[in-house]
Amino acid sequence: MREGERDPGLYDFRPWRDRPAIDWPGGKRVAVWVSPNLEYYELDPPANPHRKSWTRAHPDVVGYSHRDYGNRVGHWRMAEAMTRHGFPGSVSLSVALCQHLPEVVADAAARGWEFFSHGIYNTRYSYGMDEAQERAMIEDAIRTVRDATGQTIKGWLAPALTHTPRTLDLIADYGLTYTCDLYHDDRPNPVHVARGRLISMPYSLEVNDHYGFFVYNMSPREYADTLIRQYDRLADEGGTVMCIPLHAYLIGQPHRIGPFEEVLRHIAADGRAWITRSGDIADHFLTSGAYAAAEADAAAYRPEAAR
Amino acid sequence: MTLDPAYFDYPRRRPGMDHDLYPWSNLFERPPLAWPGGARMAVAILVSLEWFPIVPGEAPFRAPGHMQTAYPDYRHYTAREYGTRVGFYRLLDAFAAAGVRVTVAVNSAIAERYPSIIADIVASGHEIVAHATDMDATIDSSVPEASERAMIVRARDTLAAATGAAPKGWLSIARSQGWNTPRLLVEEGFGYCLDWVNDDLPYRQGTDAGPIVNVGYNHELSDRQIIVVQQNSADSYVEQMKDAFAWLAGEGAPRMLPLHVTPYVMGLPFRIGAFEGLLRWLRGQSDTRFLTAGDLAAGLPAETPAA
Repeated sequence: MREGERDPGLYDFRPWRDRPAIDWPGGKRVAVWVSPNLEYYELDPPANPHRKSWTRAHPDVVGYSHRDYGNRVGHWRMAEAMTRHGFPGSVSLSVALCQHLPEVVADAAARGWEFFSHGIYNTRYSYGMDEAQERAMIEDAIRTVRDATGQTIKGWLAPALTHTPRTLDLIADYGLTYTCDLYHDDRPNPVHVARGRLISMPYSLEVNDHYGFFVYNMSPREYADTLIRQYDRLADEGGTVMCIPLHAYLIGQPHRIGPFEEVLRHIAADGRAWITRSGDIADHFLTSGAYAAAEADAAAYRPEAAR
Repeated sequence: MTLDPAYFDYPRRRPGMDHDLYPWSNLFERPPLAWPGGARMAVAILVSLEWFPIVPGEAPFRAPGHMQTAYPDYRHYTAREYGTRVGFYRLLDAFAAAGVRVTVAVNSAIAERYPSIIADIVASGHEIVAHATDMDATIDSSVPEASERAMIVRARDTLAAATGAAPKGWLSIARSQGWNTPRLLVEEGFGYCLDWVNDDLPYRQGTDAGPIVNVGYNHELSDRQIIVVQQNSADSYVEQMKDAFAWLAGEGAPRMLPLHVTPYVMGLPFRIGAFEGLLRWLRGQSDTRFLTAGDLAAGLPAETPAA
């Protein structure tokens, strides 16, 4: 990004109408990916000068144990429901989970899920890192996931959504192909980076379970209805991506998992969804000509071209 | 910018938890518990009975539900008292009508101020657990050990004098503990604690003074969370509890549905009817018993390893 400038220069403007078609495999209308955040929060993390972790003095019993519920209880409920309806996960992973609870990571791997990085812990933030520190974090994430699962991560969602001005350049430099941190579109788009190629993968805060329950205060059934409306509209429009970002400690609660399972049933039965993983969407976008088409489309709207 | 290099030290990045309070355990891989009475589903009702001084204490933090306006905050002082005078009796009547036993977490100030309430609870056969002295008696790790112990002892002894028996269970205000709390509870004769919300079933924690059972009353299912924080209706609350019950019952192994209710929330005239309807519905479910925190703690066999 252009650090310090009013326009960060992250990507080109492209209006939603008159986009070149995106042909998802099998003639499907919408690529649907489910993103469980498998996280580890520390009980007593060191302080980051730019962001507080827990709201209370350590130990923050409710804050910590609520998250811990995800690994003891919620993950297993959520994962079973996803598997039952044929949805693989694309895991936003606190990579230290590979050390702490390899049982959870192994379960996700055995289900055919993809892993991308969500930092080391969700209580260690990128704010304030210099380049060497941020590189060390990215290298740690790549190495840790490779050692635990054999997978090479392709994507990044910043730990607790904390970034530096150089994060996108650095992940592209390490060969990652997609970022989940940009929310400007319902399709993948090229991202401007110093070297290499990076695309924005539509994730979502608006239909994230955390926003649904704690920003919009939805009941479980209201949240399920929201996801179904989001899906139906994106399938109608076509050439779109829908992400369902989840947290096992939220969606895996007993009053929420039942209504959520109805969403999976609805999407699986509809027939218009390419039910897949974020890395597969990125691979398809980069190799099918869609990336080049998006670049050409963007060029038509650059101010110098319009003049 | 750069961060202190210590920010990249991970001294507790290791197999298992990042603390020694309890080991990790997957709910779905434990041997099934056996509830007293043999039922598969337990309905565990917990009522918080609280006294808020109109001059709120700030140390170490102001309790949820406490005074909010400039002094004198008649509206919150009296609305909380409404819960104690009126709402709590609506709840007691509802429990009597449904023929169920519940657990009441009592500030010991209630026993000093309104001893007839304690007599009414005891006469109905409900269980009392200690819930600090009053709503100023919050705990976190900034509270000196001697002060915390003195508060725990005073709450215990006041309730013991009022009921004839020292309470064996404890609920911290806002479930907030300091590092010493579990050990102090064991040292002062408590066998179970209701603070940690990381599990759907009771489990054992360890302290330097011996083990303590945690009986988690999932705060996500509480009326404070659903009705006060998320601002869902009483009807929606009832629907959510029924969905939770159905899911938990469907898991096959013995489970508990925790219903944590607050007199000044659920005891209001426009909500109590919905709650009474929920009690009738739960009463009609097969293989279901209403159990207290003490019953649930007893459901954890002594020979179960700390897990």
